[in-house]
Amino acid sequence: MTSFRLADVGRLDASKTARFTFDGRSLSGLEGDTLASALIANGIHLVGRSFKYHRPRGILSAGSEEPNALVGVHRDAARRTPNVRATVQELYDGLSAVSQNRWPSLAFDMGAVNNLGAPFFSAGFYYKTFMWPKAAWKHLYEPQIRNAAGLGTAPEESDPDHYASRYAHCEVLVVGGGAAGLAAASAAAESGQRVILCDEQAGLGGALRFESGSQIDGVAGWDWAQATAAKLAGMDNVRILPRTTAFGYYAQNMVGLVERVTEHLATPDPELPRERLWHVRAKRVVVATGAIERHMVFADNDRPGIMLASAARHYLNHYGVAVGREVGIYTANDSAYGAALDLHRAGIRIAAIVDLRDDPRGEMIDAARAAGIELLTGHCVAKTGGRLRVSSMAVMPKAGGASRIIPVDALLVSAGWTPSVHLFSQSRGKLAFDTRRQIFLPGAQAQECISIGACNGTESLAETLEEALAAGAQAVRGVGGEASRSISLPSRTAESWTGGMSGSAPGAEPGKAVKAFVDFQNDVTAKDIGQAVREGMRSIEHVKRFTTNGMATDQGKTSNLHGLAIASEILGKPMPEVGLTTFRAPFTPVTFGAIVGHGRGALFDPTRKTPMHSFAEEQGAVFEDVGQWKRAWYFPQAGEDMHAAVARECRTVREAAGMFDASTLGKIEVVGPDAAEFMELMYTNPWKKLGVGRCRYGIMLREDGFVMDDGVVGRLADDRFHVTTTTGGAARVLHHMEDYLQTEFPHLNVWLTSVSEQWAVIAVQGPKARDIIAPLVAGIDLSDEAMPHMSVREGTILGVPTRLFRMSFTGERGFEINVPADYGRVVWDAVWAEARGQGACAYGTETMHVLRAEKGFIIVGQETDGTVTPHDLGLDWAIGSKKSDFVGIRGLKRPDLVASGRKQLVGLKTKDPKIVLEEGAQIVADPRQPIPMKMIGHVSSSYWSENCGRSIALALLQDGRSLMGETLFLPMPDRTIEVEVTSPVFFDEKGERVHG
Amino acid sequence: MLLIRCPYCQEERPELEFRHAGEAHVVRPHNIADISDEEFEAFFFHRANPKGITHERWRHVHGCGRFFNAVRDTVSDRFVTTYKAGEPKPALEEHKA
Amino acid sequence: MRRYSAFAIAREALRGHKGWPEQWGSPEPRSEYDVIIVGGGGHGLATAYYLASQHGITNVAVLEKGWLGGGNTGRNTTIIRSNYLYDESAAIYDHAVKLWDGLSQELNYNVMYSPRGVMMLAHNVHDVQVFKRHIHSNRLNGIDNEWLSPEEAKSFCPPLNISPSARYPVMGAALQRRGGTARHDAVAWGYARAASDRGVHIIQNCEVTAIRRSANGHVTGVDTTRGPISAKKVGVVAAGHSSVLMAMAGLSMPLESYPLQALVSEPVKPVFPCVVMSNTVHAYISQSDKGELVIGAGTDQYYSYSQTGGLHILEHTLEAICEMFPVFTRMKMLRSWGGIVDVTPDRSPILAKTPVPGLYVNCGWGTGGFKATPGSGHVFAQTIANDNPHPIAAPYRLERFRTGRLIDEAAAAAVAH
Repeated sequence: MTSFRLADVGRLDASKTARFTFDGRSLSGLEGDTLASALIANGIHLVGRSFKYHRPRGILSAGSEEPNALVGVHRDAARRTPNVRATVQELYDGLSAVSQNRWPSLAFDMGAVNNLGAPFFSAGFYYKTFMWPKAAWKHLYEPQIRNAAGLGTAPEESDPDHYASRYAHCEVLVVGGGAAGLAAASAAAESGQRVILCDEQAGLGGALRFESGSQIDGVAGWDWAQATAAKLAGMDNVRILPRTTAFGYYAQNMVGLVERVTEHLATPDPELPRERLWHVRAKRVVVATGAIERHMVFADNDRPGIMLASAARHYLNHYGVAVGREVGIYTANDSAYGAALDLHRAGIRIAAIVDLRDDPRGEMIDAARAAGIELLTGHCVAKTGGRLRVSSMAVMPKAGGASRIIPVDALLVSAGWTPSVHLFSQSRGKLAFDTRRQIFLPGAQAQECISIGACNGTESLAETLEEALAAGAQAVRGVGGEASRSISLPSRTAESWTGGMSGSAPGAEPGKAVKAFVDFQNDVTAKDIGQAVREGMRSIEHVKRFTTNGMATDQGKTSNLHGLAIASEILGKPMPEVGLTTFRAPFTPVTFGAIVGHGRGALFDPTRKTPMHSFAEEQGAVFEDVGQWKRAWYFPQAGEDMHAAVARECRTVREAAGMFDASTLGKIEVVGPDAAEFMELMYTNPWKKLGVGRCRYGIMLREDGFVMDDGVVGRLADDRFHVTTTTGGAARVLHHMEDYLQTEFPHLNVWLTSVSEQWAVIAVQGPKARDIIAPLVAGIDLSDEAMPHMSVREGTILGVPTRLFRMSFTGERGFEINVPADYGRVVWDAVWAEARGQGACAYGTETMHVLRAEKGFIIVGQETDGTVTPHDLGLDWAIGSKKSDFVGIRGLKRPDLVASGRKQLVGLKTKDPKIVLEEGAQIVADPRQPIPMKMIGHVSSSYWSENCGRSIALALLQDGRSLMGETLFLPMPDRTIEVEVTSPVFFDEKGERVHG
Repeated sequence: MLLIRCPYCQEERPELEFRHAGEAHVVRPHNIADISDEEFEAFFFHRANPKGITHERWRHVHGCGRFFNAVRDTVSDRFVTTYKAGEPKPALEEHKA
Repeated sequence: MRRYSAFAIAREALRGHKGWPEQWGSPEPRSEYDVIIVGGGGHGLATAYYLASQHGITNVAVLEKGWLGGGNTGRNTTIIRSNYLYDESAAIYDHAVKLWDGLSQELNYNVMYSPRGVMMLAHNVHDVQVFKRHIHSNRLNGIDNEWLSPEEAKSFCPPLNISPSARYPVMGAALQRRGGTARHDAVAWGYARAASDRGVHIIQNCEVTAIRRSANGHVTGVDTTRGPISAKKVGVVAAGHSSVLMAMAGLSMPLESYPLQALVSEPVKPVFPCVVMSNTVHAYISQSDKGELVIGAGTDQYYSYSQTGGLHILEHTLEAICEMFPVFTRMKMLRSWGGIVDVTPDRSPILAKTPVPGLYVNCGWGTGGFKATPGSGHVFAQTIANDNPHPIAAPYRLERFRTGRLIDEAAAAAVAH
C-alpha cells in the first residue's frame, strides 16, 4: 500500500502514529487525523454504499456536511455507534470502524443489484405499487423494503457510557470559531463581558484550516487563529468549547450545544461523560457558522474520489494527505482554483481545470494559468468513468461538441458556497434571497442575534474581519457594556470565493437519462426532482418529501439549494416562490444520551419514600408505584403469595388490628379567619357548623361538576382545617385551591400550606386499635365519649406532638396518628411493638383497597374517572343543599348530569361466590346479543373478600340503584359470568364497628 | 424553554418554574349557580385561542406560588409584559415601543 | 387518472418516467362551488374525496393556505389504532381502521398502512385496571385488543426493557394487532389525487380571510387571498387554526391550540417491529420503513401557534424512551419539529353542524387525528352532503359542552390519544 501522506506538508506530527482498523483491515494514521483523512492517506476512498441503489461512495467533504462517509465505530460490544461521519470522527489509537449498508462486503455488495433496477426505483415508486395482493404489503413488500433501508445497525446492548448536562449564561455566545467568530469573540471579550465561543471542530480556525493564502495581523491565518484562541482561552471571562456543535436555536436566545468529550480519546477516563449538553442562555448570539461548499450536479458525479475542492485542500494543507495523484477540477467558482494551486505546489499533477464559466477572471485564474495547468473554460464534465473509484472524466464544451476523456484518480468539484443560515433560520429569523448570487441570506431577525462572515454572505476576509469586530462590539453595547474597539486586524489574502452556480450542470438537466446526484445519501438525482415536479409537486416541501431530497442524515447541507434550483428552473419561477424547506433542529444529529443527560434510571423521575419506608423494606414488603411514591403493596410472610398475604392481612385487621402507612396522602393546612367560608366554596359539603375537634369526609368537584378529589378534613380551630387529599391528587388540589383563593376569592383571608411531607401518618385500624395506641398517647382522652368516630385531638405520643384522628377507611375502629415526619419511624416502631402484642399486622395498599371495598368506600381514580358526579356515587348527602355556591355547583346542574341513564355505584355479587370478577369487565343485560353489545356498566373494583368469604365487586351501572337484586351478565372470552346487583356495602352494613 | 418575568418576584425565571393556567380575564360569575347552560358553556369551555396577542395566566408554582397574567404573542411566543392578578389588561401601545 | 401499478412503472421506466401525469391538478379557482372545504390536510382532502365518491358532489374546492398536507398531516407520528374505551370513540376510530384496511387499493395509492401492532404499556396497578377496562369494552365492541404479560410484551418488541428494577417497571401491555402506522404524505397525496380525478379542485396557497354570510346568517362563501369564492356550504377542517377560522363566522369555540413536537432518529436497520406507547412515562415510538425511529413527545404547557416547542419537552421524551429502551442512548436525533394541535375540553373531536347554517366544522382532534383520517372524512362528507350528522359523527356535536355529555377518553384513561 502506497501512502498518500506527503512529507513536510500539513500540520500533523509524522512521528505520532495511531493504529486503526477499517472493516477489519489494520491501518495506520497520525494523531490529529480524522478517520477520513487517515483513510485517504491509505489510498482508501470507497467507504460506504448509498441508501437506495447501494452505489459505491467515497468521502465527499471534510466536515459535518458529509453525506457519504458514514461508518459504524465500535469501541467494544456495548459501545457501538452507527452512522458516524468519518470526516468528523477523530482518529485514536485502536479505533475500529466498519462500513455500513452492504453485504457481504463493501467492494462486492449484493444490494447493488438495486442499481440495475434503478429505472424502476424512480422517485416515489413505492407509492405506485406493492398494493396487490392486499396482504402482501404487510407480509412481503414492507419487510423487504425495511430490510433494504436503514443505514447502520442500532446498538444491541445497554450503553455503559454516561452523559452530562450544564446550564450556562453569558452576554455573548459566538457560534463558530473561524476568522469571523474569533475576531468577534476577541472584540466582545476585551470588554470583560462573559463570552462563550463554540466550534464543532477539534480546533479553532474554521476555513483558515484549509486556506493557504491568507494572512491576518501579519501572520498566516491559521497561526493567527491558534494564537487568538490561546489568548481567549487565557481570559477569565471567556469559555472556549471546541468539539461543540450549536445544534438548536430556541426561544429567547437559548441555544443548545452538544460537546463531544471523549469520542476522540483512545482510553477515556471512565469518570468523564461521553457527551455534554449545554443549555446556553445568551443575551446576544453572534452566528459565524461559515458556508458549505456545494458539489456539481453532473452525470455519475458520485464515484469515490469525487469530492469537494475545499475538502481536498483540508486533507492536503492540514492533514498532509493527497487525495490523488492525477487530479481533475470541475468548478463554477474561484475557490476551487485554490485547491488546484495548492495541489500543484505539493507536486500533485492537475489533469485539468474544467470551468463552466466562459471567461473567469482574477488573480487565482491567472495563477493557475501561470502554473501551466490546463484550463478548459466554458466546458463541462459530461460524465465520469470508474467503478469503485473514479478513473476518468469526459470533458466537452458546454455548448456541445466532442468530448475528451481525461484520466483522473480524483475529481474536485465546487459549485460555490451555501451560507450556513441554519441557526439564524431556527431563531425564526426571515431569510432574504440574494438574486444576484442566488443564495439565501439572513434577513429580518427575530431574536437578538447577529450573523457575520460567510454565513452572512460576506466573501472577502477583510470585510469579514471588519464585520466581526463590529459585531463583537455591537453585542457588547447591546447588553450595556463598553466596547473599546482597540483591536484592528489587518489582513491580506489570495483567496477568492467569487462565482458559483446551483442546479444541474449542462448535460445533466432533469430531462437527461443520466444519474446526476443532488442528494448523495438518499440517491436523489436531478431526474427525480424533474419527475416530482412533473407529477404536480409544486412546493419545495412536496418535492423534498416525494423525492426525499435533503432528508438524509446530512439534512441536505449540500443538496437543498441544488434541489430548489432545479425545481424552480422547471417551474419557471424564482427560487423564493418555490419556497425553501424549513431548517429544523438539530444542525447535525445529536445523541439521545446527550439530550437525556443524567435523567436515566433512578434519576429519570424522583422516587418518593415515606418516613416508614425502611420498615416496610425490612419486613419484606412488595412495593407498588403510585405516582412518584413507592408504597408498600402487601407484606408477604414466608411461603405466602399475594393472595394469601392479603387474605391474612384483611382477616387480621378485622379480628385484631392492622397498621398502615398513610403518609403519602396529601395534607393541606387551611388557616385564616375565612377558612370555613373558603372550605364551603372548595368542597361540596357544609363546613361552617363543623365543630372544632370534629372531622368530615369532603368531596371536591371541578367546576364542571365531576368529582376531582376527596378526603377527611379535621377542624382544629375555628380558623384552622387539616385537609387530606388523595395521594395522587395532592399537588393538583393545592393548585386548584390556590387558583380560586388568589384569583376568584381574593377577598377571603386564608392561607394554604402544603404539609404533606411534614406529617408522617400511621393508621391503626381494627377492634384493638385503641388498646394498641393507648399506652403511648398522652394528653388525649381516647374514650368513645371523649373522642368519638370522626374527631381529631392534639396531644403527644411517645412525647412527640401528634394530631390524632379517629377515623376509618376500613369500617373498623381506627386512628390515624400524625407526627412530624422525622419522628415517623420511631413512633411507628413503638406502635408496632404494641401492635404485635395485640396480634396485629402491618398491611399494605392492597388490603387497604379490599377493606374499603367491603365497606363500599370509593377511591377517586378507581370508582371515578373524571365523568362521575357525587350523585352517581350515592354521595348526595355530602352536598350542602343550602349552599348558594361551591365550585361545581353549576356544572352539576347541566342537563346530561341530571338525566336518567347515568352510571351509578352499586355492588355486584357473582352467583358463584368463588369467581372474582376482573376489574374493567363490562356488564350487559343480555349476554346473547350479537357484537357490538350494549354495555351498561363496568366493574371498577373487585376482590376476594376473606372477611365475607366470597368475592365482592363495585361497579358503575346505568341506573344501577334501580336494578338492585337484578341478574346481569359479564361476557368474558371463555364464559359469561352471572352477577346480582347489590348495595355497595358488603360488610357491617349498619356501620357499627367503627364505633367500637 | 421560555423565560418568564414574575411580576411578584420581579425576576425573569425559566419556564420550568411556572405552570400555565389558561386564558386570563375569564371571570367566574358571582351568581354562577343561576346562570344558563349557554352562559356556563361560554364561561367554562369557550376560549379565545387567539393567533397573535393573548392574555393568559401563569403561576410561579416553583417560586412564590402566585398566579399572575401575561401578554404574549402566540405566533412568536414573545412576552409583551406580565402583570399581577387582578390588575386590568395593560394598554398595549406603550409596550410596542 | 392513470392507474398506478408495477406494470405502469415498468412501462414508464423505459421512457424515463416522462409520462406520469400530475397527481392532482392546480386549477384557477372558480367563482362558485357547491362545497368549499377549508384546509388541505388529510381530513379535508378525505372529506372532499368522499363528497365526490360517495355523494356525487364533485363541484368542490379544497382551499389550502400553504401546501397540501403541510400541517399536522405531515407532522405527526402516524400511529393508527382504535382501541378506545367509549362506544362513540370506538365507533369512529374503528370505522377509520376498517377504511385504512383497503385504502391503498381504493385510492390506487400505496398509503403503506402497516398493521404492525400498537402496544400500550402499563406501568402501575392503575394502568392495568384502565387497560383491562379498555380490553373488555373493545372486545364487546368487536375491536381487537389483548393483554400481554411483560414477557409477552418483550417478545413482541425485543428492545423493551422489562426489568423490575426500572424506575417504572412494565407490568403488562395492551396490544391491538390491527393498529400500526401509515405513510402520512401518501395519505394526503392519495386523497388529493383521487379527489382531483373526480373533479374536485385543489387550490393551494389560498388562504381564507373571511367567511361570508347572507343577511339571514347563512353561509354564502369565503374571501381568500385569491379572491372571493361563493358556496352555500363551507366545511372548516383546519386543525390548529380552527378557532381563527370559526371566529371569522362569529363563533367562539371550546378549543385551545398547543405545540406538539416529534422527532426522528437517524435511520438504522430494522430494530423496532411495532408501535409502543406509554402514557405513564409519556412516549410514543415506532420505526419508519426508512429506518428512522419516529418518536412523539407531549405538548408544551402553553397554547401557541409558533410550530416550535421547548427543548426540555424533547429531553423528557427521550428520557422516557431511553428508560424503556436503554439500548437506544447511542442513537442520534436527526430532526425535530412541531405542529399545532387543537384540543377540546374532553380531548375528543368536534364533527358537526354549527349554529351558522351552511357552516360545518371538523376539528379538535388534539394529538391523535391522523389515525381517524379516513373515518373522519367519510362521516364528515355525509354530514355536509345531507346537512345532517352521520350517526357516527352525531355524538361529536358542539352542544355536548352545553349539556355535559362529554366523551372524555383522557379522563377515563389518563391517556393521550
